[in-house]
Amino acid sequence: MNYRGPSRVRVTHKPMPEIQHPSDAIVRVTRSCICGSDLHLYNGLVPDTRVGSTFGHEFIGVVEEIGSDVTKVKVGDTVLVPFNVACGECAFCKQGLYGNCHESNSQATAVGGIFGYSHTAGGFDGGQAEYVRVPYANVGPTVIPEGMDHDDALLLTDVVPTGYQAAEMGGIKTGDTVVVFGAGPVGIMAAKCAWLFGAGRVIVIDKLEYRLEFVRNYAQCEAYNYESVGDPVLFLKKTTDWFGADVCIDAVGADATGNALQTITGRKLMLQAGSATALHWAINSVKKGGIVSVVGVYGPTDNLVPIGNVLNKGLTIRANQASVKRLLPRLIEHIQAGRLDPKALITHRFPLEEAAEAYHIFSEKLDNCIKPVLIPPSARL
Amino acid sequence: MENTTNNYSHIKGWGIDADPTNEPTHPMKHYTGDDHKRLNWERPPLQPETVEILKSNERPNLSAVLGTSVPPTGLSGAIRRYAFKYSESSYGHWLPLLLADRVNVVEGLIDDLKQGHIPNIFAEKGWKADLKYNPKGLATKVLVTALATTAVLAYLRRKK
Repeated sequence: MNYRGPSRVRVTHKPMPEIQHPSDAIVRVTRSCICGSDLHLYNGLVPDTRVGSTFGHEFIGVVEEIGSDVTKVKVGDTVLVPFNVACGECAFCKQGLYGNCHESNSQATAVGGIFGYSHTAGGFDGGQAEYVRVPYANVGPTVIPEGMDHDDALLLTDVVPTGYQAAEMGGIKTGDTVVVFGAGPVGIMAAKCAWLFGAGRVIVIDKLEYRLEFVRNYAQCEAYNYESVGDPVLFLKKTTDWFGADVCIDAVGADATGNALQTITGRKLMLQAGSATALHWAINSVKKGGIVSVVGVYGPTDNLVPIGNVLNKGLTIRANQASVKRLLPRLIEHIQAGRLDPKALITHRFPLEEAAEAYHIFSEKLDNCIKPVLIPPSARL
Repeated sequence: MENTTNNYSHIKGWGIDADPTNEPTHPMKHYTGDDHKRLNWERPPLQPETVEILKSNERPNLSAVLGTSVPPTGLSGAIRRYAFKYSESSYGHWLPLLLADRVNVVEGLIDDLKQGHIPNIFAEKGWKADLKYNPKGLATKVLVTALATTAVLAYLRRKK
């Protein structure tokens, strides 16, 4: 498979991959998938996707050749190959963050190496090919257990673990209502796995009827077409007693439909990280204090928090307005004990009548302003 | 509207992975203290750099293994080299890379023609499948393309 430009690929002969590192294996591919994430590449949404690249990060195959350091698999083994290229030895791999390996991608630090996923993810040719070079063959490739259906094994390279982790990252508690945006393979799997974590209700939102029907049957969940429910955020609030879901999962990413402005600016003009419609809906549909889990792929952006890198780096974001009442007793103790001195922050005092100037000074960081205080006339008497 | 609350008998394995200590950070990261080892782990053998590898300026060295699928070449390669002067946090990095990708597409076409291969765009775009699964859409596409081409040609002739 040979990428030729946005929405253009063809099949060509490429040189046979070779062992280039002692930990390499050459795998003869027996099955590979096109993943929803490949469509981001295909549509030209992922920077540094070079003409001539071969995609494919979901594949299984037979080990044909091994490098001198390879001990965990041998020639002839039938293996499933996780989509991450991971060394197993760096600080991140040691902590189980195999998706964040520091020894597999010279070309970016936010994301580890991924088979067939642009030079931003290391420039490795992928498995939509006959043969593929598999670095770190002692780490990723796993011999398919005897008796396991090879199609099941194939989906273990990405879809199943990604869907499972989407649910896992939701921190689902027993009885939680979980909403999954996107009924693609990962979204379907996330919905299925949400039950394993004890969800009390699982809802999937998509727009394609056939996918909705599939996920209803496969994941035994509720599934709704956002085009027929009107505003999906409003719908989800309404159906959760006006609270919002406990957990929302974005299993869509940059290719989302459903919002014309996002489509034009994100997908067509590529002025932002792709269309962030699903992320918007997830954030706005979750309850206060809820959890949003993101496995949808997003590109770089200059006008938004780089959400793609939040995903790629496995960051944890916790956020809220302060719950003052809860904190007050402890803080009062600190101040009374002299451990905190809040008033030291006040640098400026303005008559209330000069509020406009006060705002401007504060907003423009003029006069080393840290904390302005407005004083009404009555207080100045 | 179906509400499955408190009815889990039809869900095989319901709650089997429930873990009250599962906060968002917990399952992904096995804390070992290795966070603070920084770059001091024992590095695997280093793969020889046989083709040009562009390196993020946010790391001190190349990773131990390297993807060598499509080294930078031509004008797109020059643009990519320029992009890598900027960090991943800068649009000076990403915009040139996107530009290079588009330039690279044209270079790919030129390479094809140089090698005497006329790319079959219809096939490469997979439009053949439309014949079977989306004939109406294909007809619309063809019609729109034909109309646009005719309009452009008519405009050019009129100008002459």
